[in-house]
Amino acid sequence: MNLSNLFRIALKALSNNKMRGFLTMLGIIIGVASVITMLAIGQGSKLGIQEQISEMGANMIMIQPGGDMRGGVRLSASDMETLKMVDYENLRSEVRYISAISPTVNASGQLIYGGNNTPTTLYGVSADYLDIRRYSIDDGSMFSEQDIASAAKVCVVGKTVVDNLFPNGENPIGAVLRFNKIPFRVIGLLQSKGYNSMGMDQDDLVLAPYTTIQKRILAITYLQGLTASALGEEYSEAAMEEIAEILRRNHRLKEGDEDDFTIRSMEELSATISSVMDMLTLLLGSIAGISLLVGGIGIMNIMYVSVTERTREIGLRMSIGAKGSDILAQFLTEAILISLTGGLIGVILGGGLSWMTRSLFGLASYIQPWSVILSFAVCSLTGIFFGWYPARKAAGLDPIEAIRYE
Amino acid sequence: MKNKEIIRLENLSRNFIVGEETVHALRNVSFTLGEGEFVTIMGSSGSGKSTLLNTLGCLDTPTRGEYYLDGVSVRAMGKNARATLRNRKIGFVFQSYNLLPKTTAVENVELPLMYNSAYSASARRKKAVQSLVAVGLGDRLNHKSNQMSGGQMQRVAIARALVNDPAVILADEATGNLDTRTSHEILVLLQKLHEQGRTIIFVTHNPEISQYSSRNILLKDGRLVSDTLNPRIQSATEALAALPREKD
Repeated sequence: MNLSNLFRIALKALSNNKMRGFLTMLGIIIGVASVITMLAIGQGSKLGIQEQISEMGANMIMIQPGGDMRGGVRLSASDMETLKMVDYENLRSEVRYISAISPTVNASGQLIYGGNNTPTTLYGVSADYLDIRRYSIDDGSMFSEQDIASAAKVCVVGKTVVDNLFPNGENPIGAVLRFNKIPFRVIGLLQSKGYNSMGMDQDDLVLAPYTTIQKRILAITYLQGLTASALGEEYSEAAMEEIAEILRRNHRLKEGDEDDFTIRSMEELSATISSVMDMLTLLLGSIAGISLLVGGIGIMNIMYVSVTERTREIGLRMSIGAKGSDILAQFLTEAILISLTGGLIGVILGGGLSWMTRSLFGLASYIQPWSVILSFAVCSLTGIFFGWYPARKAAGLDPIEAIRYE
Repeated sequence: MKNKEIIRLENLSRNFIVGEETVHALRNVSFTLGEGEFVTIMGSSGSGKSTLLNTLGCLDTPTRGEYYLDGVSVRAMGKNARATLRNRKIGFVFQSYNLLPKTTAVENVELPLMYNSAYSASARRKKAVQSLVAVGLGDRLNHKSNQMSGGQMQRVAIARALVNDPAVILADEATGNLDTRTSHEILVLLQKLHEQGRTIIFVTHNPEISQYSSRNILLKDGRLVSDTLNPRIQSATEALAALPREKD
């Protein structure tokens, strides 16, 4: 029996029992649609979080002092003085895998302008900081190397600070703000970035030359930290190694000595989150996969009923010359047809549902091409696997008994 | 000149083992059948006629003895070979028609050719239509099986049995589900096919049928007890005409 005949017979048998065929298919449709939707939501959340991380700077590497013990007491990172200006200068000139590096020295306090004031953090950084954290200037300009060299009292402010200090919508450029009685002239405004995925306001900040913060506010010569940006996410690791090497050399650490600094990268964080999201996707996918399995059992059940119901038909077909293999192929084709048609409808429905979760509920979703291929493959396997036993039963019938079956 | 031999049975026996006992369904049955014969095989229930029919139809194999169908020994054949043999050499007509439900007459008749890859879709259709015309259903090609009367359904079944040009048509109580008038109509058809040179074996427990066939074989307890030629074959057409007209 050739394929087109098999196909014709299977189609005919299904159209004879449309409702039953559809209900059987429904199991597969729901299974496939939920697998695709769940995987799409899982993948979508993962991509969404990765996107947010890269907004913060996916290549970002943070260097903090650390590991310092004074008389058996481990000190908090910001109190330690192990990172010096010379470290910054060496890293900046020697590390090949970074594109930007900036010292960080922070001071928190009230910022005052006229009758308004707001609590905020002054970040003492270099101009590279904008690239590292993916900030950009909306209006005015960033402070220059000249400003850093002269510890100029200038600053660039975020949108939240502007909103709090200039409620009437005046132009803040050129205004003089006071922080701990020290005047800072506003020379630039940052483009708003909104809240990040951890719920932090990324616009509540003021950037000033790190030298200004060091000398005029904190009166320190060391750095509280360094922030760098690797050439690419894939270079994070190499950059971190290089940084560690240079710092150890600068700090004259002997082999076996503990690092007196810590280096962390966004890439690590991103990898952790990715693996969590992959786990979530797997979980969602396997729950959906169970419904596909149940759908497959539905096919098996219906095929068994169908074989019993059509015993006489099987007997007749055998008596007019159908071999066992013909009967097997016939019922198997039917099962596969059900599962593949169900799979196709399920893929379309799953695509629609993923689109709906995105456009109606704002849930991130992304259909991976492999998830479609996977569910289709699982579908055909389901059809073959669950169709096989009923089809075997049909093929093994004795024509003499089958033809007289009541 | 003697007709070509279609069927030869040599000391055919068939035993079934039921629990501890051995049931001898057929015991040393021998006969030969030539081309163009119309044979009735009769016997009461338990006489072994169903077993004989299954064996003749290559659905079953004998325990002992030889069966040659159109010169081919069936005894040692495997399942698949027998299936192919059935497909090419045998046309079955059953008591309960066994048409596929919700399927048109022509599709039902095409069915045996579906299992013969030598036929293309169009050749299949052509042959099925010819076959239906031959049984007088040329105007019912696309009627579904549930839209036809019992007589019409049995005609479709006969057309299906004819479609592969079989060496022998095996009818199993083919008139058993039909009323007298319709039964005679079917017998008219079978006699017509007989005249055209078809070989027909009609298995029945109804002795009346034997009047219309050319040869009668009687089975009892698995043994062949008589094998006689019918010198005066009755015409089913005349018998049909003689039946009282139905009055509504």
